Amino acid sequence: MTIRHHLSDQLLMAYSGGDLPEAFNLVVATHVSLCDECRARLGAFDAVGGAVLAETDTVAMSEDSLASCLDRIEMMPQATARKPLQRAGCFPAPLADYIGGGPDAVKWRPLGMGVKQAMLRTGRSASARLLYIPAGQAVPDHGHRGLELTLVLQGAFRDDSDRFGPGDIEIADEAVEHTPVAESGPACICLAATDAPLRFNALIPRLAQPFLRI
Amino acid sequence: MRKSPMMFDACQAEKSGAPLLAQQYAATEQMVSCRRDGSAVQADNGNTDWAALVLRVRDHQDKAAFAALFRQFAPRVKAFLMKSGADAALAEECAQDVMATLWQKSHLFDPARASVATWVFTIARNRRIDALRKSRRPEPEDLPWGPEPEPDQAEVYEAQQDTDRLGAALAQLPAKQRALIERAYYGDLSHSEIATETGLPLGTIKSRIRLALEKLRQQMS
Repeated sequence: MTIRHHLSDQLLMAYSGGDLPEAFNLVVATHVSLCDECRARLGAFDAVGGAVLAETDTVAMSEDSLASCLDRIEMMPQATARKPLQRAGCFPAPLADYIGGGPDAVKWRPLGMGVKQAMLRTGRSASARLLYIPAGQAVPDHGHRGLELTLVLQGAFRDDSDRFGPGDIEIADEAVEHTPVAESGPACICLAATDAPLRFNALIPRLAQPFLRI
Repeated sequence: MRKSPMMFDACQAEKSGAPLLAQQYAATEQMVSCRRDGSAVQADNGNTDWAALVLRVRDHQDKAAFAALFRQFAPRVKAFLMKSGADAALAEECAQDVMATLWQKSHLFDPARASVATWVFTIARNRRIDALRKSRRPEPEDLPWGPEPEPDQAEVYEAQQDTDRLGAALAQLPAKQRALIERAYYGDLSHSEIATETGLPLGTIKSRIRLALEKLRQQMS
C-alpha cells in the first residue's frame, strides 16, 4: 500500500493531546493503523507530550500517597492480557471494533445511484460514517462547512485535482468544493468524519438530509 | 527525563544568553559517543536513568525503584491533570492510578522507542480522557512488537534523551507559542486552534521510530 496523502501535523498533535472529537479520533487511529509514516510522526508528537509533562511544575502529592499507591498495586488483579483488536477485511482494528466486523457486517442504507452509507455511533460534536461508492459513480456534489476527513479503505476516488487510494486521507475544509468519483474496479469504501452537517448541492439528497442524518 | 537541579540551572542561564548552552550540548554529544562505544547504561551527569528503574520494577517488582519513579512523576502527573481541569482531589486520585498502571503495565514499556516521561504522558492522557469524560479515543492497531529482550543500548539512550532535547527546545520557543503547545497537551485546544508549525525538532525522533517500524515489517514478512 503506497500512501500519498497523510495526516497533518495539526491533526496528529490534536490526537496526541486528546483534543479531538471521537469521530476524528477514529479516523486518525484508523489511518495510523495503515500508515507507518504517520505512526512514527505520532510517536514524535507523543514525545512532545512527554517533554511537556516533564517540564510541568509539580503539585505535591498527599503524604501517604506512595503507601496507598503500593496498596492499590497489591489489590490490583493480575494484568490480564487484553486480546488485541483484530483487523477485519479492509477495516483496521479500531474501525472493525466500531462495526463489530468488516465490510460485510456494515448495515448500509442506500442514498441512491448505488451509493450507500452507514452512520457510526460516536460523540455528538462530530459525526462519522462509512460510504460505499460503486465504480464510476460520483459522490453527490458537496461542499463543506468545518472540517471533513475522508479515509479510503478500498478502491479509490478522484476529484478534479487528485487521486485517493487505499490508506490515503483527504483533509477538506470550507475552501474545498469538489465532485469525487469512484474509480473503476472494486467499489470505493471510505470512512468519513465531519464536525459539520454536509450540505449537498443536488436537490434530492438535500431534501432527504433531515431524514437520513447526513 | 527531568534534569537535575544543576542541569536545570544551566537551562535557565541559557535563556538569559549565558554561554553554557554550547558546553551543555558538547557534553550531550560526548555522552552519545560513549553510548555508541557500547558502555553500560547508567545514570550520568546527575541524570537518573528512569528507564532502568522501570525495568527494575518489571523484572524484580522493585519497590525502591518504584518509589523513585513515584517521587519524580506523580507530582508532575498531578499538576498535569490539574492544568487539564481536574480538581486537586481528582488529580491526586488519578495520579495514583497512573503510577499503579505504570507498575502493572511495565512489561509493555519499550525503552528503545519512548522515554519514561513519554510513556507516563500517554497513560496520564488516557486516564484524563476517562476521568473527565472527554471524547472516546480509539487507539491504532497494536503492532506485534513488544520490548525486545535485549534492546540496542544506543537506541535506548537516544529515546531516553528525547524528553530532555524537546524540553530544551520548548524552553527556547517564544512564550506564547510554548503556551499553545502546552495547552494542546492539556487537552485544552480544538484542532483548529493548534498551530501548524511547532518549531520543535521532531524529525530525528520520527526517523528513529520509522526505522524501527521498517525493521519490524521485515521481520514480519
